[in-house]
Amino acid sequence: MKVSDIVDKFNLEVFSGKSGLDREVKGGYVSDLLSDVMGNSREGQIWITLQTHKNVMAIASLKDLAAVILVKGFKPNDDTAEQSEIEGVPVLGTKENTFEMSGKLFQYLTNNEII
Amino acid sequence: MKLFKADLHTHTVLSPCGDLEMSPLNIVQQAKNKGVDILGITDHNTTKNCKALEEVAEKHDLFILKGAEVNTKEEVHCLAFFEKDDELFEFQQYIDIHLPKIKNDIKKFGYQVVVDQNENIIEQVDWLLISALDVTIEQIEEKVHELNGLFIPAHIDRSRYSVISQLGFVPNDLNFDALELSKFIAKNKFLQENNYLADYTFIQSSDAHFVDNIGEITTSFLMQERSFIEIRKALKSENHRKVLVNE
Repeated sequence: MKVSDIVDKFNLEVFSGKSGLDREVKGGYVSDLLSDVMGNSREGQIWITLQTHKNVMAIASLKDLAAVILVKGFKPNDDTAEQSEIEGVPVLGTKENTFEMSGKLFQYLTNNEII
Repeated sequence: MKLFKADLHTHTVLSPCGDLEMSPLNIVQQAKNKGVDILGITDHNTTKNCKALEEVAEKHDLFILKGAEVNTKEEVHCLAFFEKDDELFEFQQYIDIHLPKIKNDIKKFGYQVVVDQNENIIEQVDWLLISALDVTIEQIEEKVHELNGLFIPAHIDRSRYSVISQLGFVPNDLNFDALELSKFIAKNKFLQENNYLADYTFIQSSDAHFVDNIGEITTSFLMQERSFIEIRKALKSENHRKVLVNE
């Protein structure tokens, strides 16, 4: 499953990092503490968060995550979007909150036997 | 040059979590008992008790560094200090604009009272002061420096409300004047795991919420005299001035 499949399925906004839309999705991770994501996320996961700081991209790239979904209509900071372009890790957006987005993504990935 | 003992992070009765015994006189007396020469007043998202502290401290030969402990949008706690009253006042107005208007529940969070030097309550702050401001760490840093202030990310070793817990690591382009460690870790131990920060100036402070905690840990400033300008120079290690924490 590709990031672009998730974008289409949930009608997500693509803020930046379009070149990474064909990245392989292997799961999901939810946290707003970047220290926690740095320690516990795994390669290929989609990260759902409300943090919009540039460090989000540094960690997404370091951990080789598939993409980042910002919840509740939040937009990436300008330098976050710039970094996402450079790294080729998409920053996506939804109007939904973390609970709703995570529940739907979890179900979708389960139904498709990704997790 | 002289060595001055500084505890730059203390709360007063105005912080909801600050003990009611944290009145100006009690704070100043305890600081003096602990041999503190410079005391930073840093309530959560407010500067309003700095004046009373300064008035009491003047009579007891204690230098007050006036400021606040702000909570950024990312929920990173940072210390901000100002030299002049008009700068402090302008920063207070900035906080007032950016603090979410959530009513304080006294039973859950505690009292938030502004006092005068004689411990008379002159204002009870309605809005919960421990909320996060709606501006980023970089925006607040810019505002502090625009007002000629000092900006110091607080207790960066902690697993809650620190730049490292919230943002994973200290952003490499963040413009700060020093980094603060809590009393729970020694600098050399911290640097073993965070070697990328080895070249920066560190302070260490008590983050006292209770009278007994004031001055529990301090930072030494080697400088000419106690003034905002000298403190800034010491943080920058200018002209042989220095800031020392226990290794």
